[in-house]
Amino acid sequence: MSRTIYMDHMSTTPCDPRVVEAMQPYFTQEFGNPSSHLYGLGNRALAAVDAARAEVARLVEAEPEQVVFTSGATEANNLAVIGLAREAMAQSGRKRVLISNVEHYSVLNAANALIRQGFYVEVLPVDHEGLIRPETLKKALNGDTALVSVVHASGEIGTIEPVAELAALAHQAGALFHTDATQTTGLIEVKLNAWGLDAVTLSAHNFYGPKGAGALILGKHLRPEPISFGGWQEGGLRSGTENVPAIVGMGAAAKLLREEREERARHMQNLGERLWQGLAQSVRFIRQTGHPTQRLPGHVSFWVEHVEGESLVLFLAAKGVCASSGSACASNFKAKDEHELVASHVLAAVGVPTDICAGSVCLTLGTGNTDDDVDVVLREFPAIVERLLSMSPSYADLLKNQGAKR
Amino acid sequence: MSQAGPYNETVMDHFMNPRNMGEIPNADGVGEVGNPSCGDMMRLFLKIEDGYIKDVKFQTFGCGAAIASSSMLTEILKGKSLAEAKTVTNASISDALNGLPPAKIHCSIMAEEAIQKALEDYEKRHGKG
Repeated sequence: MSRTIYMDHMSTTPCDPRVVEAMQPYFTQEFGNPSSHLYGLGNRALAAVDAARAEVARLVEAEPEQVVFTSGATEANNLAVIGLAREAMAQSGRKRVLISNVEHYSVLNAANALIRQGFYVEVLPVDHEGLIRPETLKKALNGDTALVSVVHASGEIGTIEPVAELAALAHQAGALFHTDATQTTGLIEVKLNAWGLDAVTLSAHNFYGPKGAGALILGKHLRPEPISFGGWQEGGLRSGTENVPAIVGMGAAAKLLREEREERARHMQNLGERLWQGLAQSVRFIRQTGHPTQRLPGHVSFWVEHVEGESLVLFLAAKGVCASSGSACASNFKAKDEHELVASHVLAAVGVPTDICAGSVCLTLGTGNTDDDVDVVLREFPAIVERLLSMSPSYADLLKNQGAKR
Repeated sequence: MSQAGPYNETVMDHFMNPRNMGEIPNADGVGEVGNPSCGDMMRLFLKIEDGYIKDVKFQTFGCGAAIASSSMLTEILKGKSLAEAKTVTNASISDALNGLPPAKIHCSIMAEEAIQKALEDYEKRHGKG
């Protein structure tokens, strides 16, 4: 069995051992409930959550009181989209919400849920490199727009959106601006207050923290309508006893990230460039998805004409390489039937033709990847593509047509 | 031992080492089904002698289950009479593969349609019987 080469860091990242160490005491010894803070055990848990809050705030250059811990990015995105839109409607009567067509399902489906509550949702198209053009947003904004939510970068194509510019446009129209920074925080800077963002979503397990912790960082004095109800935890915006170990882990991961982000990003940028250049030179029919330069470091996404994505990823897995595909076939393995299989809306959004979007592959690098890992992919992948081409009917047709022309 | 991925060992074997892959030039019957926009396309070539399938090959654009179903279909068909070939169903293909995930049953249905179409094509060209 070949060793495992993990190149699916947009899916999740391994928990840093230093993070696990920081979390450890909060399972068995420091198990107190932060709400029961009249004795030492509970008080220490409360202090640990607040220390983590300060670290997460520093990561995005915000104040601790702006942080709402959640169970992850999905809950944070739901709270931002539904909570902010409903609050805006209550205060100003505005009822339009704008999102992009490369949003994560937790933004897309939250916006869809708003339609049943009397909102109008408009989905803005990205260009073929995955960018929301400022003029596209400008045209869509009007005095009825409550909220704009545009992902900082989609994990599937890696294009970095100009969120500061988009936020300024939203504000000119009197609308709020939220961005889902789940896939970017670990790799590039996110500045909440300096960029004029009203809400930012973070996810701990996407920057070497634990699963089960995320945060919505809110603009000062901004309060969304709650979407779940209970006690006073997180200012009533995320009631329920805090997941103390995971929150502590998120804080530890945020601190390490702040100290190491530049170095990590440089490492991934170098490896990613080598990987993409190598593939582009050695793999036939390969096309990059997303933006050629304005993209996440270490994010390599592409499609291969005439071959199917799940097959490519399965062959990579057989060589020990963990990758992902946006193909319909690979979309939902627990689907009850094929009608639940859908090709990626993100790839469709950047104009990957549906008859070919099957062949998409996403290789996303992390801190643990090495030059050796890149070498393995560069060695194995061209042969995998050739093997699948040799059994592809559309490639056989292409060869015949070329032969006929000669 | 639990599966290393979404498919069982038989499916993975036929995916990784597909049998009878390729094209038969001057085939006696060709069946083409699916279309790449659903992510799958299968083309089956038959060489028929004296009412028996002498040779069979396939080309498939598709996922692991589509390729494995094509490969298993060709194994089932080799040496069969035309009458026997007509009785091949998606269930016989997925059973021979020791089962497919529910979302991938349509791949074995596509394989069944490929053999039916190839037989129809043969009959059209050579007349029935």
